[in-house]
Amino acid sequence: MSVLELRGVVKAFGPTVVLRGVDLAVDEHRVVALIGGSGSGKSTLLRCASLLETVDDGQVLLDGEDVTDPRVDADRVRRRMGVVFQAYNLFPHLSVLDNVTLAPTVVHGRPQAEAVEEAQALLDRIGLADKAAEFPDRLSGGQQQRVAIVRALAVRPRVLLLDEVTSALDPELVGEVLALVREVAGQGMTIVMATHEMGFARQVADTVAFLDGGVLLESGPPGQVLGEPQHPRTRRFLARVIDAGRL
Amino acid sequence: MALRRRRRARPVLSTVRPGAALPPPSALELERRAWRTRRARRSTLVALASTLLFALVAWFAVTRSPGWPRVQATFFSPSAALESLPDIARGLLVNLQVLVVGGVLVLVVGLGTAALRTLRGPAFAPLRILATVYVDLFRGVPLIIVLYLVGFGFPALGLQGVPTSPFVLGTAAIVLVYSAYVAEVFRAGIESVHPSQRAAARSLGLTHRQTMRIVVLPQALRTVTPALLNDFVALQKDVGLISVLGAIDAVRSAQIQVGRTFNFTPYVVAGLLFVLLAVPSARLADAVTARARRRQQSGSLL
Repeated sequence: MSVLELRGVVKAFGPTVVLRGVDLAVDEHRVVALIGGSGSGKSTLLRCASLLETVDDGQVLLDGEDVTDPRVDADRVRRRMGVVFQAYNLFPHLSVLDNVTLAPTVVHGRPQAEAVEEAQALLDRIGLADKAAEFPDRLSGGQQQRVAIVRALAVRPRVLLLDEVTSALDPELVGEVLALVREVAGQGMTIVMATHEMGFARQVADTVAFLDGGVLLESGPPGQVLGEPQHPRTRRFLARVIDAGRL
Repeated sequence: MALRRRRRARPVLSTVRPGAALPPPSALELERRAWRTRRARRSTLVALASTLLFALVAWFAVTRSPGWPRVQATFFSPSAALESLPDIARGLLVNLQVLVVGGVLVLVVGLGTAALRTLRGPAFAPLRILATVYVDLFRGVPLIIVLYLVGFGFPALGLQGVPTSPFVLGTAAIVLVYSAYVAEVFRAGIESVHPSQRAAARSLGLTHRQTMRIVVLPQALRTVTPALLNDFVALQKDVGLISVLGAIDAVRSAQIQVGRTFNFTPYVVAGLLFVLLAVPSARLADAVTARARRRQQSGSLL
């Protein structure tokens, strides 16, 4: 059984249809990379999967449970997922440590001391233990994004959803964030990531899915989708990416 | 065009060591600094001179006017001021009580109203509409009319348990009007928090109320503190309006003295006391605003 499964997900904002029926199954310990041009619906797909948007049709299943059923408590479902955003979205009025311990204590009711200890250990692992008392605005973009990843991991999610987590970073800072994602993936976390980093997708993803015009045009192993794309639109997209020097 | 062998470009390496102390400023920079100092000094002198000139002209115009001796005796009599001061100061204590009690109530009612207005979903529509109507109504009606309606209307009902003290009714009227303003300040603050903050909180599993309490409101409060302090300064002087209901506050005390002596100096005394009350709050508001601006410029938000 897949950890996360999307069945015929449709999402429109007013007259703009963003997702036109997307099917996607993510098995445990797998990494799925969503690629596609801007406006292709990658972010919307992740927002639908994390229930930050209500789908207009179709289903999202988490561990086989239809979480798009309005009778399901969405807050309880979101506790089992971790989301990392393009713009980090750390809470600027809370210290780095409080950002990480907020959900474990407030949402999951874990004792403060235990949550702090665990958060310190996580921060230590990413080399930011000495920044625990700082506020996010004292950190570089790369550091903030790594804290955001740790914040999402602190609730021990079933699946981690990464929405272009390196797109807002200076090129020199991209590496440290990707290294953390690679490490998290190596530990067996189930991950769905929207990304423009084709080289990274090729190395880390088990499946690459190409989204275009709200439809999953092509998906498969990275070598196949990125190396021998079948669909002409995928080929055109990848050619543009190569022209931009990103592959 | 002469063909010349192009020499291979060699990288230019800087001789400046990073982290070393800066060398002394160049002559160019020293000259620039001197010019800036000269210009600043000249501007200060011009400002001083023009201020003095204006003050002199105003002084002569007022003191040379034919009615000045009578105005001075009626409005600026030192003996009348001294005589009225104790009563007015006692009255000011009443104003201060209204200010403290009213200020706290305004914060509570205003925040509650703002929270009601931001509720989503059809189930909350009646509450939302009620809050909207309340805000529209009490922002539109002049404070003095609300004071009359509450202060004289409620006791006239003759209901048991309805307070008749002008202090209580005056405070109630002020709270009704000011809460409507403050609710809008709070709402603006709540809406100024970027939606991505809400998304981040909800994605961590926080409920709507937890998100509001832990993530949105703390940030919103920080944003609106300068505006709230500004409203507080306005409230400080408007508490003097409860005198129209007969509460013996600073304004009313002054009125009583004026009625007895036909000298208007007590009004000036009361006015000065209110100004003295407002100045610290105004400076505090300035300081808080400046601090908020510095925070924003250092890029504390996304």
